[in-house]
Amino acid sequence: MDGIHDLGGRQGFGTVQYGRDAAVFHEEWERKANALYGLAVRHGVFNMDEYRHAIERMSPRHYMSASYYERTLTSLATLLVEKGLVTREELEHLAGGAFPLSGPSTPGRSNAADRHQFKKGDRVRVRNDFFGGHIRLPAYIRGKQGVVVHETPAYPFPDAHAHGVHAADEPTFDVAFRTEDLWPNASDSAIVHVGVFQSYLLPA
Amino acid sequence: MSQNHPIATEQASVIKRIEAIESVMNAQGMEPAAAIEKARHTADEAWVPANGARMVAKAWTDSAYRTRLLADGKAAAAELGFEMPPHHRYLVALENTPNLHNVIVCTLCSCTAFTIIGLPPDWYKDLEYRARAVRESRTVLKEMGLELPATTEIKVWDTTTDTRYMVIPQQPAETIGWPEDKLAGIVTKESMIGVERLMGS
Repeated sequence: MDGIHDLGGRQGFGTVQYGRDAAVFHEEWERKANALYGLAVRHGVFNMDEYRHAIERMSPRHYMSASYYERTLTSLATLLVEKGLVTREELEHLAGGAFPLSGPSTPGRSNAADRHQFKKGDRVRVRNDFFGGHIRLPAYIRGKQGVVVHETPAYPFPDAHAHGVHAADEPTFDVAFRTEDLWPNASDSAIVHVGVFQSYLLPA
Repeated sequence: MSQNHPIATEQASVIKRIEAIESVMNAQGMEPAAAIEKARHTADEAWVPANGARMVAKAWTDSAYRTRLLADGKAAAAELGFEMPPHHRYLVALENTPNLHNVIVCTLCSCTAFTIIGLPPDWYKDLEYRARAVRESRTVLKEMGLELPATTEIKVWDTTTDTRYMVIPQQPAETIGWPEDKLAGIVTKESMIGVERLMGS
C-alpha cells in the first residue's frame, strides 16, 4: 500500500527532536494503548501484521496528525470493530464522542508463484511490484538492485498474514543497497540494509 | 454510516477513546486492568536498555560470547536470561568499528528489539527520523550530535521484517581492562540504536 506511512526517503521533514534518555511514554493513556493492543494480540484477536496494516489504513490526514499512541489505539479500535467484538456506534457511545477509525482493508495475496533462493553475495533486484494491501516493502527499494548479506529464518508472509490469507512462511534476505542507487545524486552516501521477503526479490 | 444512528460530531479525547476500548475488553473477559499493570512493570523494569548493555559488555570482555552474539543474537540474549517476544524470531548484532558505523531505523513504523534495548523513544518513532535516517544518515546523525569522519562508512538498517537489530558500539579505548559490570554502566540505549558513540567516563 503506497500510503503515507511509507516515509523512508520523503523530503521536507525538519530536524529530529532528539534528546538523550527521551521519554517512551508521556501519559497514562499511552501506556494503556500499548498494553491493550498487546493483550488483544495475546488473546488472538489479531496478529501483528493486521495491527500494522490497520495503522496504515488510517486516513493520511489523521495518520500525520496523530501521535504514535493515538495510531496504536486507532488500529486497536478498528480491529475490535472489524473482528466483531464491538460496533463503532457502541465505541462512540462509550467514548462519548466521535471515534475515528481506519479505512477498509483490501484483499491480501499469497506468496509469489516463482520464489527464488538466494545466498550471501548474490545480486538481487526488488520486483517492480505494486500491491494495494499490506506489504513490508518500502517504496524506496522498489525496482532497485542490491546485494544479499544475510538470510533469516522463515517468517509469516505479511501480504497474506495481514489479510487472513493462507501462505507459506518464507525467509527474508537482508539486502544492502547503496544510497547512490536508491536516490542518485540526492542523498548522503551510505549503505542501506532492508529486510526483504523472498517473494519480493528476483535475481539481478 | 447508518441513518438510524446519530453521528457523533465532537471527537472523543484519546483518554475517553482508550477507556472505551478498555471497557470493551473488560466485557470480553480479557482483564485489561491486570494487563496494564503488568505492562507497567515490564516497560519500566524488564524491557530496559541495561539488558543490551550487559550483552555488549560481555561481548567486549569475552570473545567466545562475542562470536555467539554475532552468530545468533537471540540465543546470546537467552544465555543472559533476556527474552524476546515470539514474533521477534531473530536478533542480529551489528558491530561498529573505527571505519564502520551502524544505525537502526524503522521507516514503516517503530520496530525495535524492545525487550533488549528498551521501548523506542519518541524521536525514533517520529516522522522526521523515519523519513530522513535512510536518505540523509550522515546529516541526521550530525544534527543529533554525532559527527562521523568522512572515512567512516555508514550502514543504516531498516527494520522491515521480524528480524530485530542491536548495535554493538565500539569500546572506548580508555575502558580497556574495566570489569564487565562497570563497562555495562557506560552502554546507552542511544549507542545500541546507533545514534551515539561511547566515551569512557
